[in-house]
Parts: sequence; C-alpha cells; structure tokens
Amino acid sequence: MTTRIDTRFAELKKQGRSAFVTFLMAGDPDPATSLEIVKALPKAGADVIEIGMPFTDPMADGPSIQAAGLRALKAGMTLKKTLELVHGFRKDDNATPIVLMGYYNPIYIYGVDKFLADAKTAGVDGLIIVDLPPEEDDELCLPAMKAGLNFIRLATPTTDDKRLPAVLANTSGFVYYVSITGITGAGAADSTAVSEAVARIKRHTKLPVCVGFGIRTPETARSIASHANGAVVGTALVDALRSSLDAEGRATGKTINAVAELTASLAEGVRGARAAAE
Amino acid sequence: MNIAKPNSYRSGPDERGHFGIFGGRFVAETLMPLILDLEKAYTDAKADPAFQTEMNGYLKHYVGRPSPLYFAERLTEHLGGAKIYLKREELNHTGSHKVNNVLGQIMLARRMGKKRIIAETGAGQHGVATATLCARFGLECVVYMGAVDVERQQPNVIRMEMLGAKVIPVQSGTRTLKDAMNEALRDWVTNVHNTFYCIGTVAGPHPYPTLVRDFQSIIGNETKVQMQEVEGRLPDSLVACIGGGSNAMGLFHPFLDDPSVEIFGVEAAGHGLTQLHAASIAGGRPGVLHGNRTYLLMDADGQIQDAHSISAGLDYPGIGPEHSWLHETGRVTYLSATDDEALAAFQLLSRLEGIIPALEPAHAIAKVMELAPKRPRDHLMVVNLSGRGDKDVPQVGEILRGKTK
Ligand SMILES: Cc1ncc(COP(=O)(O)O)c(C=O)c1O
Repeated sequence: MTTRIDTRFAELKKQGRSAFVTFLMAGDPDPATSLEIVKALPKAGADVIEIGMPFTDPMADGPSIQAAGLRALKAGMTLKKTLELVHGFRKDDNATPIVLMGYYNPIYIYGVDKFLADAKTAGVDGLIIVDLPPEEDDELCLPAMKAGLNFIRLATPTTDDKRLPAVLANTSGFVYYVSITGITGAGAADSTAVSEAVARIKRHTKLPVCVGFGIRTPETARSIASHANGAVVGTALVDALRSSLDAEGRATGKTINAVAELTASLAEGVRGARAAAE
Repeated sequence: MNIAKPNSYRSGPDERGHFGIFGGRFVAETLMPLILDLEKAYTDAKADPAFQTEMNGYLKHYVGRPSPLYFAERLTEHLGGAKIYLKREELNHTGSHKVNNVLGQIMLARRMGKKRIIAETGAGQHGVATATLCARFGLECVVYMGAVDVERQQPNVIRMEMLGAKVIPVQSGTRTLKDAMNEALRDWVTNVHNTFYCIGTVAGPHPYPTLVRDFQSIIGNETKVQMQEVEGRLPDSLVACIGGGSNAMGLFHPFLDDPSVEIFGVEAAGHGLTQLHAASIAGGRPGVLHGNRTYLLMDADGQIQDAHSISAGLDYPGIGPEHSWLHETGRVTYLSATDDEALAAFQLLSRLEGIIPALEPAHAIAKVMELAPKRPRDHLMVVNLSGRGDKDVPQVGEILRGKTK
C-alpha cells in the first residue's frame, strides 16, 4: 500500500528538501472559510496538511488550539463535516496528503469501521490520534492499517530507546516527534536536542521523521527542518487566523490571506534548510 | 443485564486495565512511560509489607481510622423500615473519604521520589486532602479547580491555601471538575519529570481506577468487620453517592461477591434526567475520556456535554470504568437523586441526627429515604456518609434563604 504521504515524502527526498506540514482546525472559524483556507495551503507552500478534528476536551492542547476547536464546534462543525471538508479539498487536489489529527471519542462514537471507510472515500491519508498509545492499537491503529490509512504515531522526549520499538511497530507514513514535553503552543523547540532525538528515532526506523510543537517562526522552522524530514506548525497558524477575526470571532476579508501569508513565509524557511541527512 | 456474569466481581481489571470493555489507557504518548512506572511502583508497594505497615500507622493516628459505623436511630424511626447505619467517613481528618486514597498515593509518590504533586478537585475535598498530606510530607502541591467550583466551595479554597497549596482556577470549557482534570493532565504532560498526578477518584487511565479502589476499600473492609461485631452478619444493602465513584467503590468492592448484599450507587440527577444533570449511567453511553472508556454524557458527535449538579463533587459527565462494568453486569443498581431531593435529605439528616452531611452523600441519603421504607425492620442498610457539610454551609444557606423569602 502506498499513500499520498509515502509518495510525497519520496518526491521531497528526490528534491533534497524537508516537508512543511501545516495544522489548522477543521471548521475554524466556520466550515466554509475553513475549506477555503485549506484549499489555499498547497499554493502557499504546505507539503502535508494536518486537519484537527474538533473535540470539547483536547487534553494535549494549549489555549490557542482549544479555542480553535470551540470556535469550530460553535460554528456547527462535526466529524461528518470534517470528512466533507476533506472531500471538498480533494475535488481540486489529488496529491497533497491530508492527515486528520485529534482525539478518539468522536471517532469511537461515529463507529470505527464506518469512519475508516468514509475517511478513505473522502481522501484522507493518515490519522494522528493523541490519546491512542500503542497499548490501545486494537482500537483504531490496526483497523486503520487494514483500511489503507497511515496511522502516524507521536514519539516524545519520554519515549526512551526501550519503548521506541513498540511506538514504531505499527506506525506508517511518518513519525511525528513531539519536541517538548508539554501541550501545543507551549515552549520552544531546542534544535540541538531535536537533532539528537531525530537521530535516535532514525536508528530504529526508515520512516520520515517530522518534528512539531514549539515551532512558530520561519527561523525555527528552518533550523528544525535541517535536522528532520519535516517541520510542523500549528499554533502559530491558528493564532494568525484568530487575529484576523472580528470581535464576534467571525471570519473577515483578511482571514484566508492571513493564514496563507504566514504559511508562505514559514514554507520559505523550511525550503531554506538543507535536507536532513539520511 | 446484557453481558455474562463473571465467576467473581472482584478479579478485575485484566493486565491492560480493562473491566469488560471499560477502562484502558487512553493517554498521550508523553504520559505512557509514567503510567507504566506508576503501575510497577504500585505492584512493588503492594508486595512490600513495610508499605502497608507504614500506611496503617498513618491511617490510625493521622486520619483517625477506623471510622465508626453508627446506627442512625432517629432516621430509621422516621423512615419506618430498614435499620440504617452510617459509615462515618466524614469524621476522617480533612472531613471526607478522599484522604484514604490521597494517603496511599502520596506514599507511592514518595517511593517514586516525586517532589511535586498535582491534583484536580471538584468540591475541594480531594484538593484539601492532597494539600494536607503534601504539608505533612513537605511536598509542593498544585490543585486545579474549575472557576465555578472555586466560587461555590470557597471554604475549601481557603483551607487549601492555608495548607500551603497553590489553587489554580480553571477557566476553560465548563469551568468545573472535567475541565480541572483536563488542566491537571496538561500540567502533567508538561512537568512529567518531577510530577506525580494524584487523581481523586476511581477514574483516569489504568492503574488509577484500581489503585484508588484499593486504597478506598478500607471503607468496605471495616464495614464488614463492624457489622459482624454489632449485628453478627453481613448487611443487606449498601448505598453510596457517585461522582467518579471512589467512596462508592470503596464501600462496595469488598461485598461484590456476597450475593445477598444489594448494592445501590446514586448519581446526581441535577435538575432532572430530562434536563441538565450529571448521571452518566442513567443518561450517557460508553465513550472515551480522561484515559478510560466508560459511560459519558455526550452528544451525537461524541462531544462531551456539560454536566450539572448542585454538588460540585458530583458535577462530572463520566463515572469510573469499573462502575460501568458493574452496571452492565447488573451487580450494582444505579439510581439518581435530583438537586432538590439532595437538599431535602441534607436538611433531614441535619435535623434528625445532628450530622450535617456534604451535598454529595446527601444524594445517597435521598435514595435511602426511598429505599428504606420499602424494606423490613430487620433489613440492615449501610450508607456511606462520605463527607461533612461544612464546605456547603454557605451555599446551602443561601439557597434555603432564597427559598423562604
Ligand atoms: C464528600 C464527597 N463525597 C463524594 C464525592 C464524589 O467523589 P467519589 O464519587 O469519587 O466518591 C466527593 C467529591 O468531591 C466528596 O467530596
């Protein structure tokens, strides 16, 4: 099985550069604007798109992404509509990988098998589910692999060498290294520590390793991207989106551009990095 | 009900923390190594007689155990049925059952060399117990409490601060217990290296539901012995309120394999089950939150719904996973009591027995008022009086004054 994720990382490897991975919340600030934003991302330089599935109780997220989820829920976003958003995006773009990121409960309630079938049909390539460690692989990871979706695992600074093989065992697509112990939007990634961690993970796997949490600026994106196969930016994009909203939290004429412009400058940072050593 | 009866109701969980389909370890990878460490530390501690001996010493001399099993003569007369006994957990140091569990967890934290303790709290009783033991053992203590609960449980906020704890009002989400737990988990993910998360009820990821249950089982174990002493036999029924379910599990667990004992858990029905409430078994279905699969209040999209209860300690949209399993196996019957029923019971117990209960166990008393009259005079009913009402006096006083105006 080859997904759009595998294809994209193979292309980037040929080009000798790292991936720029964006994260935004589905339905933030409303479903229609959210679709337009996602459509604008590849042109602005996103190589892989992560889309958050809103959840009332996002235990690993900081205030920015919590608020983004609540804006989306308030605007009527549901898991079904998140899949519709991906479907809408796929009408014009059949190459950019889409990864859904979030928490297990909405998927569990939707029904695992139905969700996997609908996600595949909509054009989803991979899943990152924060509250499903390898110990719970029977729930969604193994069924997702069977359905032809990548299950992308988070590795963290607390994942030691003894535990890494378990974390990597059923992972595919890429490995997402969380550069800090903490929630999204907190702390800053330290590029020396990150490069050591990525090297450590690479001793255990041939999969691409992307790094996220704590990357906000083109400079950090560049320095992280030079040590990894990709740099993920979420909170900074969500913050740019929020700053463009009116006092009631509604989209304005500036919203789509605000996200696209920051995406472009971060993408430039990533493209400025020399490719990570294999 | 809809699943096969097990040989024993006391053998769970399995090695992955499952009670039937409930429980598990649904946490971020960052926390997983810590949870495995905790499981190991707990297994080691259980096998170490010195751990139990030390704990027994503190339980006796610091907490003041055993707590009395008291025959509530006037309540019994008033209701005209079953003979009602109160398990007096409200007489423990710090005023509730919460201290039994906190003592155990703090001793584990010490074994694990952790110097910083975090906790979530609803009514503030778990927060006060945690602040107390942190003061006793010289540990840093941070308590997360929903901003709504900070308002309605002021006396406990002041107590925690006097004990040297830092109380952080949580402004996210519904600003009650569920959000305090989210925030505590966020703290834990951030401060994994030095922090021990002291969970206040039989919820969270494995092994918490088990270890909290084990530390609270002293309630049921004592009850068994005490009832044998005064009545020469087992009780016929047990009643306890349920927030996450720790005081209930502590009383119930030692009796689960005694089939003659009827067991009732009482959830908070808030304004009523068709309106805002906190009864996850009566009004919810299985889902995944805060590290485990259990009955939860949620909408069709799997979004967690706001709970409501007059009692901050029961105002939670979930329940411990073992309770979900005991519900599905039919071993325990789950009832619910509304805000108004709890208020009436709060006043009745105060007037008849001179014991002002916390609003949480007032929910249990409310159901005793229904169950006891329907049972014969030789029926022995034990209700867990999980906490005292001092913390609720300002809130209830205001409500009652409002009603008489
Ligand atoms: C006195 C008392 N009883 C009961 C509870 C509910 O918790 P649990 O269901 O875990 O016993 C609380 C929680 O704050 C409490 O303070």
